[in-house]
Amino acid sequence: MQKIIANTTVEVTEQGYLEDFNQWTKEIGTEIAKEKEIEMTDEHWKVITYLQEKHKNEEALSVRGIKKSGVVNIKEFYSLFPGGPLKISTMIAGIPKPKSCI
Amino acid sequence: MKNLVILGAGTSGTMMANHLSHKLSKDDWKITIVDQYKTHYYQPGFLFLPFDIYKKKDVKKKGEKYLPKGVRYVNQKIDQIFAEENKIKLEHEYLEYDILIIATGTKIAPEEIEGMKDKEWHKSIFDFYTYEGSVALRDKLRNWQGGKLVVHITEMPIKCPVAPLEFAFLADSYFKNKGMRDKVEIEFVTPLDGAFTKPKATAALHYLLEDKHIKEITDFNIERIDNNKKIMYDYSGKEVKFDLLVTVPTNLGDEVIEKSGLGDDMNFVPTHKGTLQTKANKNIFAIGDATNLPASKAGSVAHFEAEILTENILLYINGKELKDEFDGHANCFIETGNGKALLIDFNYTQEPVEGTFPFPGVGPLSLLKESRMNHMGKMAFKWIYWNMLVKGIHIPFVSATMTKKGKKIEA
Ligand SMILES: Cc1cc2nc3c(=O)[nH]c(=O)nc-3n(C[C@H](O)[C@H](O)[C@H](O)COP(=O)(O)OP(=O)(O)OC[C@H]3O[C@@H](n4cnc5c(N)ncnc54)[C@H](O)[C@@H]3O)c2cc1C
Repeated sequence: MQKIIANTTVEVTEQGYLEDFNQWTKEIGTEIAKEKEIEMTDEHWKVITYLQEKHKNEEALSVRGIKKSGVVNIKEFYSLFPGGPLKISTMIAGIPKPKSCI
Repeated sequence: MKNLVILGAGTSGTMMANHLSHKLSKDDWKITIVDQYKTHYYQPGFLFLPFDIYKKKDVKKKGEKYLPKGVRYVNQKIDQIFAEENKIKLEHEYLEYDILIIATGTKIAPEEIEGMKDKEWHKSIFDFYTYEGSVALRDKLRNWQGGKLVVHITEMPIKCPVAPLEFAFLADSYFKNKGMRDKVEIEFVTPLDGAFTKPKATAALHYLLEDKHIKEITDFNIERIDNNKKIMYDYSGKEVKFDLLVTVPTNLGDEVIEKSGLGDDMNFVPTHKGTLQTKANKNIFAIGDATNLPASKAGSVAHFEAEILTENILLYINGKELKDEFDGHANCFIETGNGKALLIDFNYTQEPVEGTFPFPGVGPLSLLKESRMNHMGKMAFKWIYWNMLVKGIHIPFVSATMTKKGKKIEA
């Protein structure tokens, strides 16, 4: 279905994940974050960039991967994206919701 | 003389050795297969062993018996693969190869979670994904007086993703049969947002949990276990108390993959999902649980992969283009207890739906519906496994890629 985010019309899934990563912009990310009551900081963007890199290389996301990445530890990850860190951060990053989801 | 080496003689490696020994000319190719153990374990049986449904001898056989003559079977630990030199270091020798097949599977890593492999390990905290764990759990259950049983998944992906749920269903039957179901509380704890990983399956099967009085706790991401208090904590501060914890720890690829620089974060080998060639080297292929494919890690998947990989190895040898054909086909029986089971058939893109299998409209197995026939199928799987599957014999009427016939698929 279609949704207007940051003045751009994009295709999203029922749950609100972008269908096509190519439609993603930083503005869209910021806007989705706002809907989730998250104010994006450099720390947040570091995580988002890491997730997008993984997505481009077709690598699966996992807790262990995040632990090993050195980008954030899991506690910080939870405090940056409270509730469901991977679910929320992937939505902001414009990539599909991982199956193995936290 | 050229060398083809297979690493791992589990389900996938054994199947590949059987397929290839028929197809490759004995004058041109020498096939070697390496495994650290002399025993071939029937892992699906680890689900039944704790409930005294199977005996030890059902799940353990001599690996040698299932390998074709003419294939060299080496029992050593594999230490490292030197992909740039086409060489492998084993415990006591080096092997060289022209073609390599990685089939080292996945195994549990309880040490990834603080307090999991600690003083309560195999006392009140068990796994059933290893032979040792499954036997230890059987002995525990034989004498357990009841309390709170927690069945738990640490993180995804795990092999045979439905096995923990089957364990919970079988536990319900087991305690009913022992006349002590009222003394046992069963809780199913998962990091996912539901017990079933696919939406259609969730809708069709949720009643099972309700009927069996199994409480579901979702979105639980374990951080650590307190062995004294017998409590699991999650990263967001949630707690689950247990008397008996049956967990599926993190599943990782073998250390040899990490050491050789051939793995991802979880030591799975990045592999092309249609051809099964690794992304790292053209002459290295991977199959089964060892790969990073977004398919289920299951014996049935490995079986379908083996048929396509065999063709691709022959194409590769003849310098032809590989077939980009594997579609993620999986076919799993799910035990639901009381002598019934479900069957699901799906692939990378098609989630499990209702219908019949393998004959459209006729069955005899029904997809996504509980039946006794499906249970017979699951029990027959053991026979099929030892007598057909690992020997690389094609299972009649079941194709390597998924069929949409007989399935109720919405447009
Ligand atoms: C409890 C349980 C229930 C299951 N139920 C089902 C089911 O109902 N249906 C189904 O289809 N699948 C089921 N499975 C999954 C199935 O068993 C696996 O998917 C299948 O065995 C994968 O085969 P594989 O050859 O890739 O890996 P494996 O069979 O695990 O083989 C890997 C082999 O590599 C060897 N190896 C690894 N590293 C090294 C090393 N460094 N040196 C030497 N040797 C090494 C190991 O010793 C092992 O023999 C179940 C699994 C479990 C645990």
